[in-house]
Amino acid sequence: MLQSHQLTFSYAPTKRFAFPDIRCNDREAVLILGKSGTGKTTLLHLLALLLRPENGSVTIDQTDLTQLPPAQTATFRAAHVGIIYQKPHFVSALSVMDNLLLANYLAKNPQDKNRARELAAHLGFAEHLNKKTHQMSQGEQQRVSIARAVMNKPGVILADEPTSSLDDVNCARVVALLREQSEQIGASLIVVTHDQRLKDEFSNQVIL
Amino acid sequence: MNLFKISWANLKDKPLSSFLSGLLMTLGITIISLLLLLNKQLDEQFSRNVKGIDMVLGAKGSPLQLILSSIYQIDSPTGNIPLEDAERLTRNPMIKTAIPLSMGDSYKTFRIVGTNKKYVDHFEATVGQGTLFSKDLEVTIGARVAETTGLKLGDTFAGSHGLDGNGEEHGETKYKVVGIFNPSNSVIDQLILTPLSSVWAIHEHHEEHEGEEHEGEAHTDEDHDHEAPREITSMLVKFRNPMGMMVARGINDNSKLLAALPAIEINRLFDLLGIGVDTLRGLAVAIMLIAGISVFVSLYNSLKERKYEMALMLSMGAGRTQLFGMLLLEGLTLSLIGFILGLVFSRIGLLLFSMRAERNFHYSLNNLNILPEEWLVLGVAVLIGIVAAALPALGVYRMNISQTLAEE
Repeated sequence: MLQSHQLTFSYAPTKRFAFPDIRCNDREAVLILGKSGTGKTTLLHLLALLLRPENGSVTIDQTDLTQLPPAQTATFRAAHVGIIYQKPHFVSALSVMDNLLLANYLAKNPQDKNRARELAAHLGFAEHLNKKTHQMSQGEQQRVSIARAVMNKPGVILADEPTSSLDDVNCARVVALLREQSEQIGASLIVVTHDQRLKDEFSNQVIL
Repeated sequence: MNLFKISWANLKDKPLSSFLSGLLMTLGITIISLLLLLNKQLDEQFSRNVKGIDMVLGAKGSPLQLILSSIYQIDSPTGNIPLEDAERLTRNPMIKTAIPLSMGDSYKTFRIVGTNKKYVDHFEATVGQGTLFSKDLEVTIGARVAETTGLKLGDTFAGSHGLDGNGEEHGETKYKVVGIFNPSNSVIDQLILTPLSSVWAIHEHHEEHEGEEHEGEAHTDEDHDHEAPREITSMLVKFRNPMGMMVARGINDNSKLLAALPAIEINRLFDLLGIGVDTLRGLAVAIMLIAGISVFVSLYNSLKERKYEMALMLSMGAGRTQLFGMLLLEGLTLSLIGFILGLVFSRIGLLLFSMRAERNFHYSLNNLNILPEEWLVLGVAVLIGIVAAALPALGVYRMNISQTLAEE
């Protein structure tokens, strides 16, 4: 479960953001819609505590992230939050399999090859596990980043524009997989986007 | 999956720049190691053979040549001196021992040296098979001579005139092998030793048969008639005390002979070689530094490309120190690869050098152990690798995760 309360952030005194409160229970999904420049990515980074808010709080599974010392936020984030970025980025020197295991390794969890294989089979890139990520198509890469985000079975999945670089077919497939995976592990799913194609897919919506 | 695996994957992902950095590191370390090895082994070989010889007495000429020919057996002798003169000059209270040497003939490029038991004792050589030479035309041969020529106890052979193996054979008189020395790692290994009188006997015999044909050649007993004084090539002298140096000066000023002091001549030789060695060493250090710069540049460039990767790993729970360590590992790995390959290549280089030296001078340099100085080289290489990697890697500590992730 994720809950934010009266979050504000400013890059400069003239560029200040105040965000509506967000609440997302386990197995639920929230779509945050906004045009560019409305602070979508900023909000997502605040929720993941990649940025510290000026005011307000972010609570994930009863832990107020803003109260954690900086050293613990990285550990907490690794264990409880899976993030999917707009453009799928990977450690390019590593294979797809190793990129998935990296999520386990950096979160100091045991490296679960079977889970990686299951996810790969389910998300439809099992035959690419030994390839480098840049040898795959955009749609495939985005599916790998979904798999990476759920490797540690986090309580919250944050997705930043996960579909903006995909065609309609891949877009629908990625959204379906995101919802299915987060429901399967009982996570809260928060998708931040300007992509109007997603409007009809989510009942819970917040407009920035 | 661990940091080392990621480092290794990153190095493999940029094979050309990793190869260049590794190659430079290897080259620098190879040169330094090779210099260290050569220096040490030449030094050992030179000082082992010069030990206990304070002065060499011989014919006028180059003192360095006299020493190279008489002690190390690698240059041609300066000429002959009358045994009588040599004995007179060395009959001096300052002089403890004087060992006569007579050379000029060889067998399959191994020198036949006429001398006495004192020469053998001086090098602490021991006879492994058979006995020490005692009569004319008996020889005891060095271990390497036996190994290379295949001569065995009881074999006979004819020496040939000159030291290069191309001289005419003394066909009628044959030497007989009566003993083989144990390897002593000294010059004796590569010599054929015979009593002094053998050399005279061979050449008297030779003269009788060949008449005047060899007049004018550098012959051990050139110009002699049968009543002429017996000649030797040189005499190795040990002083009773350092005051013996005075004897050397006296001989050089007041006689037709030359007294050369090995300590001085060898120092002079090493000084001459030293300039070259220092230059090469400087070059090797420069190459290692360039290797460091190459590691720096390639890491710096790849980090610019991998900035997003770093931010990504930080957002996935990696610690900054962990990533810093991972980047250091890349520099360190290249250093270690360079060190190991450098050690291997320097040994290969030494073996090649040794094969040549053995062919030309019968010296072999084959101690391939790791020298203490090489651990120092390892330290320097590791330091260069770490510093070169640390400078760009420090950027990880300054990185703004959110901004880097949002940039693309």
